[in-house]
Amino acid sequence: MTIHSIIIEVIQIVVLLFTAPLFAGWIKMVKCWLQGRTSPSIFQPYRDIRKLFSKDVTLAEHASWIFRFTPYLVFGVSILAGCVIPFISTELPLEAVADVIALVALFAIARFFTALAGMDIGTAFGGMGSSREMTIASLAEPAMLMAVFAVSLASHSTSLPQMVLTVSQGYALLRPSLVFALLAFVLIVLAETGRIPVDNPATHLELTMIHEAMILEYSGRHLALLEWAGMMKLFLFVALGIASFFPWGIALSDDPIFVLTAFPILLLKLGIVGICLGIVEVGLAKMRIFRISEFLGSAFLFATIGMLSFFILE
Amino acid sequence: MNPALAAQINSLLAAMVLLTAFGLLVQRRMNRLLQLFAVQGFLLGLSTGIVGFASGAHHLYISSVLTLTMKVVLLPYILLVLMRKLNIYREVETIMNVPTTLLIGIALVIFSYHLTAPIRELSTLMTRSTLAVALATVLLGFLMMITRKHAVTQIVGFLAMENGLLFAATSATYGMPLVVELGVALDLLIAAFIFGIFFFHISTTFDSLDVDQMARLKEED
Repeated sequence: MTIHSIIIEVIQIVVLLFTAPLFAGWIKMVKCWLQGRTSPSIFQPYRDIRKLFSKDVTLAEHASWIFRFTPYLVFGVSILAGCVIPFISTELPLEAVADVIALVALFAIARFFTALAGMDIGTAFGGMGSSREMTIASLAEPAMLMAVFAVSLASHSTSLPQMVLTVSQGYALLRPSLVFALLAFVLIVLAETGRIPVDNPATHLELTMIHEAMILEYSGRHLALLEWAGMMKLFLFVALGIASFFPWGIALSDDPIFVLTAFPILLLKLGIVGICLGIVEVGLAKMRIFRISEFLGSAFLFATIGMLSFFILE
Repeated sequence: MNPALAAQINSLLAAMVLLTAFGLLVQRRMNRLLQLFAVQGFLLGLSTGIVGFASGAHHLYISSVLTLTMKVVLLPYILLVLMRKLNIYREVETIMNVPTTLLIGIALVIFSYHLTAPIRELSTLMTRSTLAVALATVLLGFLMMITRKHAVTQIVGFLAMENGLLFAATSATYGMPLVVELGVALDLLIAAFIFGIFFFHISTTFDSLDVDQMARLKEED
């Protein structure tokens, strides 16, 4: 481990913390443009977070330590995940800590505690949100693991830097297993980060909200941490997708020049993904909750076909 | 085009054919079903053409053109006209729900992979690995005929099975002799006309194209 790689790790964390709200703001802008509305500034998420940090926390009388602990845990887990996913460089000292399966488990821990916190206060909405979130999670996680397995079969490793290395060489996009894994991954990202066909991040309508229902009782800095972690989760999933399917531009060494060029390329890719997400969100209506099983079932199917076609066709 | 790249493109097309087979299995709207069928035919024609080009078996071009005209234009058009005349737009009920059907479909793919693995070891053709996909397409078409109650979707399932057979012929032996392929194409066209006549008879007799109605045909005992 050199001093270089530690600096890169720090750069990754800083990029994660400050690009995630920018990305969320960008998606909101694209959506507003497509709907013909005047958009808020791209920096609006930063202002929202700052405002929430300066407000007092209102705790329910029956809140236990779980409720108070969850925002910090979710935030910490997001940062840890950001240390593991290579989006600037593959030279990460912490990548040995967690491979891609452990990464899925990290996200599962965050979700588990959010669901517990949703039920902790004992309001009806919290429990409803937790129940829905776990329903979606139970369908999305197997699909996610299958998609990840399809990619790691193609690169013969579950370590993320190794996957980046293999995919960036060769005709990756012509390999059927990767194409199907990508299709599955897109559906899973939409479900996991609560985007439109599955959940609407902008709504607080009682009967339709899923993620928002769980964190309804949070306020002040707790809410700020959770919202920030939510934006980071979206960023991380997109970064994971970029690392596994479009890794061109990620620095493969700790050479400072490659590291410096990696950042603008990352911003460019994020911009493109943001436009695609915006188009998807504007073009689709939210699904009925009972159709989510079909949606995630097809994600599972894509991932499985991806895995099978690795054995059959490659 | 170098053979490795051609084989890779062919694999990708095979995977897409498999995907359309799954799509046919779960799609309930009739015009979407016909679109998917046309897409499957298109991918098949393309794949046949590429195999013909890469392997130097030039009679595959004729087979490819035949597939493109029959399965992308002619058969979907005939079925579309039939649908319009009979006022069918979607199938309301299937025998099984979507996730179960998909899981059975996945099991079928694994089964056909297992079944064709020895052949794959023996063959030296560049298309040997797509044989499993071809067999899976046949089986998925079969599954579609079993899980659907509607006469038109059963026909689409039957035609998808035929697609799978054609694909199997291309991947196992670089296509059947031209005479056989011409004969099969003609048979299909005639079959489509006969299906049309049958549909009209079924729908005038039973006021519905649900094949469950035909259980009424048997004598009471």
